[in-house]
Amino acid sequence: MKWLASIGLGGLVLAFFAAITSLAIGWTYLSTQSQIELAERRAEARQLMEIFPEDTHDNELVDDTFILEAETSLLGLRQERQGYRVRQAERVVGVILPATARDGYSGDIRTLVGVRSDGSVAGVRVVAHKETPGLGDKVDLRKSPWILGFNDRSLDNPALSQWSVSKDGGAFDQFTGATVTPRAVILATRRALEYAELNRATLFETPADHP
Amino acid sequence: MNQPSYSQLTVNGLWKNNPALVQLLGLCPLLAVTASTVNALGLAAATLFVLMVSNTAVSLIRNVVSDTIRLPVFVMIIAAAVTITELLMQAYSYELYQILGIFLPLITTNCIILGRADAFARKNPLPAAIYDGFIMGMGFGLVLVLLGGIRELLGTGALFADMQLLFGSDAAQWRWEIFSVDYPFLVAILPPGAFLVTGCLIALKNQIDLSLQRRTRAGTGLESVGSKRVRVTGSVSEASSG
Repeated sequence: MKWLASIGLGGLVLAFFAAITSLAIGWTYLSTQSQIELAERRAEARQLMEIFPEDTHDNELVDDTFILEAETSLLGLRQERQGYRVRQAERVVGVILPATARDGYSGDIRTLVGVRSDGSVAGVRVVAHKETPGLGDKVDLRKSPWILGFNDRSLDNPALSQWSVSKDGGAFDQFTGATVTPRAVILATRRALEYAELNRATLFETPADHP
Repeated sequence: MNQPSYSQLTVNGLWKNNPALVQLLGLCPLLAVTASTVNALGLAAATLFVLMVSNTAVSLIRNVVSDTIRLPVFVMIIAAAVTITELLMQAYSYELYQILGIFLPLITTNCIILGRADAFARKNPLPAAIYDGFIMGMGFGLVLVLLGGIRELLGTGALFADMQLLFGSDAAQWRWEIFSVDYPFLVAILPPGAFLVTGCLIALKNQIDLSLQRRTRAGTGLESVGSKRVRVTGSVSEASSG
């Protein structure tokens, strides 16, 4: 029965190491947890701050959120995501809406669209995409300033029919070698603006009971 | 087994037995994340750290764990080291954590780490094992960074972009535009470029080895000896699992 004893011993040693490694992971998890939450919040806040800089609002954007259901019409969301309210002296001066372009060149392009209360664009940022490096990825601000072309535009500037790439007779440039990606982003932005227009009353209301 | 000297270990890790160029271990992350220098550097640092931690732990327990259960124990140690690295990176370098994404947990399956644990750390005392982990990690990391640099340069015409992800906001200025073109050599950044550049690096290393060999053996007419393996690009002096 020697083999039985050696299995038993092996099992014990394995269990011992499983316990030790689990403890090490658990301890690291507990001691980094708060730092990780902080890092996530900071990354989120930095992204929002790019659209509505510090001096345009006096609330904590990361905390002032509302839920947008998946499949909300016009936004193209695949799953529930958060929108953000931008307040100045309690008044809602803008919102940041998540939008998803499902017609990217390779997969979804997820964006954040900042809309001011007068219906104009405060800024658009691409948060996640899988577009071709060097061609379609110019929608990313780190690669090209193209996305800044949306700033201060609105549904009547340019006219609704002009919200497209210049190849389709629109007012926005495409990139050399990539038309599908910018077209998808432009249309997603337009739809987000339309959503903001349709839901103006609920998005920009200032709840009286808000502290 | 004889104790290899530190200079032997150094030569092995950095050149003769380089994990990336000779043993061809860890190709998956090597090819996938080297589209830019900063990504390569991030993964190199993470791999180096995991390799040193796992070599340390394996060397410490080398007389406790029997041969039959050594592999599951090694895997547990490596998985724990990787998870801890992932948590630390998430806490202190969140953007880079997001970029490296799935390749961070995949370090667990990187053969270099299990290979070094099994081929070296379990037979050697602590200082040698730590040093081996360090130098093998450096050998792998140098190739990663070299690949990342070459691909970034060919594909974008610049070097060291986005360094602030690793070194704080001051490093945002480190981007060094070397040439500017309308149509960069895109394929260098795309996955095929990883294979092409890696292939060229391996060829270059073999060429250098060959000419060194010719110089030292000129006149003697000796053929090179050593076992050749299919997945390996040179003679491997020391067995390692892939």
